Formats: sequence, structure tokens, C-alpha cells
Amino acid sequence: MTDPESGQVPAEPAARAQDPSWVHAHHVADAVLRALGSLGMALSAIVAAIVVAGGIIALLGINPIEAFRAFFVGSLGSKNGIAEVLVRATPLALAGLGVTVAFRAGVWNIGAEGQIFLGALGAALVGIYAPPLPQPLHLLLVLAGGFAGGALWGGLAGFLKARFDANEIIITIMLNYLGILLVSFLVTGPLKDSSGLIPQPQTVPLPASAILPKLIPATRAHTGALLALLVAFLVWFLLKRTTLGYTLRSAGANPDAARHIGINVKRAVIIAMLISGGLAGLAGANEVSGVQHYLTQDISSGYGYLSIAVALFGGLEPLGVILASLFFGMVLVGSESMQRAVSVPVYMVYIIEGLIIVSMLLRQLAWRRSK
Amino acid sequence: MADAELVMLKMEGICKRFPGVVANNGVNLDVRAGEVHALLGENGAGKTTLMSVLCGLYHPDAGSIIWKGHPVRFASPRQAAALGIGMVHQDFKLIQRMTVAENMMLGRQTRGPYFDLREAARMVERVSADFGLPIDPRTPVRQLSAGMQQRVAILKVLAGSPDLVIFDEPTSVLTPQEAESLFKMMRSLVASGKSICFITHKLEEVMSIATRVTVLRDGRVIDTLETRQTNPRELARLMVGREVLFTIQKTPCAPGEAALGVQHLTTAGAPGQVALRDLSLEVRQGEILGIAGISGNGQNELAEAIAGLRPVLSGSIKIGGFDTTHWRAEKITDLGVAYIPDKVRQNAVFLDLDLTHNTIAKSHRGAPLAPHGIFRMRVIDGHVRRLLTQYRVRAPSPRTLAKQLSGGNLQRLVLARESSRAPQLIIAANPTAGLDVGATEYVRTQLLEERDRGRAVLLISADLDELLALSDRIAVLCSGRIVGMVAAADADLEEIGLMMGGARAAEQPCA
Repeated sequence: MTDPESGQVPAEPAARAQDPSWVHAHHVADAVLRALGSLGMALSAIVAAIVVAGGIIALLGINPIEAFRAFFVGSLGSKNGIAEVLVRATPLALAGLGVTVAFRAGVWNIGAEGQIFLGALGAALVGIYAPPLPQPLHLLLVLAGGFAGGALWGGLAGFLKARFDANEIIITIMLNYLGILLVSFLVTGPLKDSSGLIPQPQTVPLPASAILPKLIPATRAHTGALLALLVAFLVWFLLKRTTLGYTLRSAGANPDAARHIGINVKRAVIIAMLISGGLAGLAGANEVSGVQHYLTQDISSGYGYLSIAVALFGGLEPLGVILASLFFGMVLVGSESMQRAVSVPVYMVYIIEGLIIVSMLLRQLAWRRSK
Repeated sequence: MADAELVMLKMEGICKRFPGVVANNGVNLDVRAGEVHALLGENGAGKTTLMSVLCGLYHPDAGSIIWKGHPVRFASPRQAAALGIGMVHQDFKLIQRMTVAENMMLGRQTRGPYFDLREAARMVERVSADFGLPIDPRTPVRQLSAGMQQRVAILKVLAGSPDLVIFDEPTSVLTPQEAESLFKMMRSLVASGKSICFITHKLEEVMSIATRVTVLRDGRVIDTLETRQTNPRELARLMVGREVLFTIQKTPCAPGEAALGVQHLTTAGAPGQVALRDLSLEVRQGEILGIAGISGNGQNELAEAIAGLRPVLSGSIKIGGFDTTHWRAEKITDLGVAYIPDKVRQNAVFLDLDLTHNTIAKSHRGAPLAPHGIFRMRVIDGHVRRLLTQYRVRAPSPRTLAKQLSGGNLQRLVLARESSRAPQLIIAANPTAGLDVGATEYVRTQLLEERDRGRAVLLISADLDELLALSDRIAVLCSGRIVGMVAAADADLEEIGLMMGGARAAEQPCA
């Protein structure tokens, strides 16, 4: 937007730049304005989406006021509703953080879904086949298994990009299908629970020592939510406070300049994809160990795809990703509640998601125009 | 003094602020019919902002525009174009994948929903014939040279039959021949009664083409002068705000031991690129070795091989007594090699990241900024603020994005980051390309100071005057070989030019 000419600073502010108090005040005011701006932008996008969604619901012959009541009561109106929002938000946050790491490093990882499935597989294998262990150790290994599974899938894409200059978007999309179908094959065949008691294709349940403890009693909310918060902090720390994060962001911002300051860009691509895939893998482990307690062929219902929207909505900032994941978790839970209460088709959730994304983009466009 | 009839355009009290920046501060400008009016100023003086306000890209915060005697407000470039004001942007704003004709139609009204390519092609041919600027409408823009792309951008503006055409630093991407034909075209435009606003920071261009010149500094108008009644020295002083040294004082060279020794160096060439072949040279402490040559004859390859960014096939590189031939780039950097690459915006900085990120590059590993790979934020903040102050990088804060800095400020930042690492060897490739006189002077003085501190400098430059002014010895590079080596004191420009062209090389002439 700003061209080099206009962005340049005349003498007066430069002189003031020497005065740290001014810089500080200026910086804080700027940051507050920016935060308010993006918050306002998100809110107005959401309001616009709700208005249009209400119109569509009315066309279906359903009272939109009642539908939205069901939406909010179902998602935020009870302990159970809030717990469900957390259950949905956690995998979105973990995978969204993974996507954030890749995108910051300039790698377009569209493969979180496949990485979630591989992570779920890794976690399930460690959960089921590890010898009896104390719970903390077993859990840690389950999570490590999840990370390793996702990192394998992500790292594979990173390696192909670095080694053969393959397009990571195509590779990761293809690896999604491979990952989903691999798990499908395993749980219908070699890993299927052979007790004969369960007709569905799924593995045997994980032992209690491999299950994430509950967060809110008598609900499905589990401590995976705390894991997501911890991971968000770690990702922030990695990106903003470490040499490794610096190399990743440099490679993403300008590979030419990164190379000239001695950064091995190919190595950065592989590392970014290992971490990115690993974090998506943690989302898979979270589903196995925190929600389902066994591996199924529908262990993720599109969390990986939605996590891309979550990452972008969160502005590729860890804190933003957490907030965006809570919001999208609420949309998922609220839409299901609308379906139950007033039989709004569950596809409405996709419409609302799409509407929010489109109105957000329009809002951003208008904001840029007005500058 | 001016006859009101003659004044096409009057801008009064134009103010334009951006976050943290006042780009234009009460600017007055008037442009007469049939004149070339130069806007002269350093990078970042507010020239482009002023013209962007004029052509409807920005809305001024204050001030008025009077066009042909009527006050106007442009909501968009399209409105400005409809009233006869067109701008040829520095970066052309063309779509590379589209053909010339398609680009010409961009932003124009079409009749009905369809786009008639054949009519577009006819339009291109008509306009290009009218102005004597031949071009093939069906060629994709990405296949055109910079000069031809500029021609498309100019034709696009001329197709709207404007009365005032704004050129934003049009010669920065052109060869001298292309620039000369551009000037010829500008002269014929004003001869036909159009006015031209011409943004530049090059004094020679002002003297050769402009009728009048308005000098901007720090967002204000310093003065408006008749070109006939001024001279380059006065313009430079007005533009920079102090006397500018056109010739740099140089102390005699006192070379010490060899800091860099290259022996029989041969590198692989990328497809279509020149490889280095059996190249040997030596740079001693306290010496500037200049590398002359037509660009594309192995300059980048030489710099990258020394910096560890390009594999060496045979031969050896010694830096400060170590054989670094096959070392990784990081290790060579840590040994004390500073590298200011060609095209700083593309190769040396992260435009979308902040100044802190850009300033700590190369120092982002290890102590003192990042012991054990973890950043010490306080140390980093102090380091960055100190360097920005010491090297007079003008920026509101370390959090400012690099893309908001002018070219001169960016080059200062790169110099700051490279010299602060106390290098024993500095490789600088075209360090003043695209900089205004003030920034050029600063960079050259800094390089000489580094030399006087006993550092070895390898200066690669396409600017022969720069090489003669700074170097102690000059090596001429042609087709990946050194074809001549002369002491700068008794260098003959013509002889160097001949060697650059390959006259002394026994083999084929240079690219």
C-alpha cells in the first residue's frame, strides 16, 4: 500500500524517535488501534454473516430468531455447551497452530487433515501397543506418537518440496487422501477390533493410562484444551524468541534474502513442515486420546481443512489462532444445536463459515480502499 | 509573474500523512502548459506521494488542486484520467501474464460485457502509430524488456489523451540509450502542448530535460527554479540540505597482509549464466579492490563463491589465513565476511518484516543476541536502537516495516548490520545503485572509512566513476575471468572500457 516515497519519514519524527517515551507511547497506541481495528473488522464480518444466514434460514420457513437462540443457547448457554465448544476448538487450535508455522515459513501446507489422521494413527499405535506404563509417561508417549505421525506426513511433503521443488499444495492435498485412506484401510483390516462385539471399523479402545484426563467433570471437555494453550505459547516463543523461528520467518518472508544471510532455505522448509505436521498430528492424538479413545476412520471430520481458515483468521498469530478456534468451535456446536432444535440443515454451518470468510474479505477490501 | 492562461495545474497547501509519517507538508506546485516540470528530491522526500495525490491514488488530508482553472477532487485514478491527468508509475503496474493489448484495456470501459481483443489490438496499433512508439499488441508483457514494458505503460496513459503526464523515476530501469529515446519522446510530447511532471533524484536528468524544477525535502517544497538559471551543485545543495562532495577525499592506501586470496577459482554456471573460470585475485587489508565489468560477466558468481553461497568446482579461496573454499555460508560469515549483495531490496532485506528483524540478520545466531538459540530481547533492542542511531537510519521505531524505508535508508541499514560485525572482508556489489546523491556519498564515505580501519573491501560496481573514485586497484572481469588489473591512480577509462568489452581477452568478446 504505502510506497517507499510516502513511507519514508521526514526529519521531525526521526528526531522524536530518539525519545524512547514517545516511541513507546506511539507504539502502544498503534498496537491498540490495530487490535481494535481487526477486532472491529471480525465483529462486523460476523454480524454481516449472521444477517445473511438469518435471511437464508427465513427462506427455509424457519424463524431465524428462534434458530439463533438455539445457536447461542446450544453453544454458550450451558456447561455442556461450553464443554463441547472446547472439544471442537482444541483440534482446530492445534492444527491451526501447525498451519501457522508452515505459512509463516512460506510453505502452503494444505495437508493438516492428512497429518491429523497420521497423528491419530501414531497416537493409537503407542496407546494400544506400548507395554503397561504409568499414566503421565504413557500420555507423553501417546502425544509424541501423534506428533511423530504428523511430522512424518508433513516432513515428507517438505522433503519433496526441498529436494525436487515439488509444489507443496498439490503434494499435501494428495497426502490428505493417502493419510485418510491409509487409516481407513488399517481400521477396517489389520487394526480392527477383532472382539466381534463392535460392528463398526475401529481399533480396540486405548487403556485408561493413555486417556487425557477430564477438564470439566460430567462433560466431554478434556485437558487437551490446556495442551493447545501450551502449544500456542510454545509456537509464539519459537517464532518470536528463537534463532530457529527467525530462520523460518526469514525463509518465508524473502527466500532470496534469507539465502544471502546464510540461511539454508531448503532446510528451513523441511523443518517448518516437520513442526507443522507434528502439531496437526497432535490434534489427531488429541482426538484419539481425549475424545474417541480409539481410532476410527472418521477421526477428524474436516478439522484439518477448517484449521486453515482458523490460522488465517487468527492472523497467523498464536493468540489469534486460539481465539479463532474458539469462535469456529462455537459455530460448529451452535449449528448442530440449531439443527436439533429447529431442524436447520447442518450444512448451514458451511454456509455460515463461508459467509463469515467472504464478509471478512469484503470488509478488509473496503478498509484498504478507504485508506 | 505567470500568465494565468499558462498555468495548467496548481496544487496548494497539499498535506498527506501516513501513520508515523508526514509525507507532504503544505506543498505548493504549479505546472504550466507545455513544460517539463521536474520534481527533484532524495528518496523519501515526498515526490511520489504528491503525484499520487494528483493522479487520484491518495486523498490529501488538506490542500486543494486547481486543474485548468477549476478546483477538482479526484476519487480515483480513473477520474483523474478522465480529466486528462495520467501517471506512468515507476513499477509500471502491468500484469505480467497478460499481453500488451490486454494490459492496455485494463481499467477501461468496454462496450457490453465482452472484451474485443481485436479492437484492443487495433487501439494499441493506432496509439503506438500516433506517438511513434511501435509495439506488438499480442506479446505477453513478461517477455518484454524493462524499456519495452515502460513503453506499454506510457502508451496506456497516452491512450487516454492526457494533458498532463506524470513520470515517476522513469529512467531507473532503462539503459542509457533507452533513457535518451525516452527523453526524445518527452520532448515531442511537450512540443505538442502537453505538460509533463517528471519525478527524479538525478541531477543530470533535470538539467537535460526540465524547463523548471521544484525541489522537495522532507515533505516540503524548498524552491522552484528555472533550470536555465541553476546548476547541479545548487540543486544538490537544495535537495540534500547541505553542500555535497562530488569528489571524495581519499587518503593514500596503506595495504597490509592479504585478507582474501582467490586462486584458480572455477565455479559451475547456472543455465544461461557465466561461470568463473580459473580466476585469481588478492585483496589486502586496508585496500579496496574494484571489480569492473559489464554486468552478467561473473560478478555475482564471484561474490557468492567467496561468501560460500555457490559451490566451488576447483581452485581455492583463502580468507584471513583459513582455507574457506568449501565452508558453509554461516561459517564464512562468522569468520568476518560482510556481504552487501546487489539489489538490496530483493537480496538483502525482508521488506514485510520490521527493522529489528532486518538489523539482527546474521547476528541472529549465538551470543550476544541469541545464546543457545534463544533471543535476549533487551540486548537485541539495545543493539538495534544503537545501530539505527549510529548509522542515521531514519525511522519512527524499530518496529517500522522495512518496506516503509527509502532506498537510501535501507542501504544504511544493511551497511549498519554488515559493518557492525567487525568484518575483515567486505564484499559490496553495486552498493549505490539507485541511491540519491546524499545517500551515495554516505555509502562511499563509509566504505572508505572501513578501508582506513584496515579492512579489505571487494567493490563490485557497474559504475566506472565509482570504481575510479574508491578503488586502489581495479580488476576487469569478462566472461568469468580477470582480463586486466590496473592501479586506480593511473587507470585509463578508455582502456578499462576496452577490456570490459573483451578487447584484451584472447577468446570471444563479452556478453
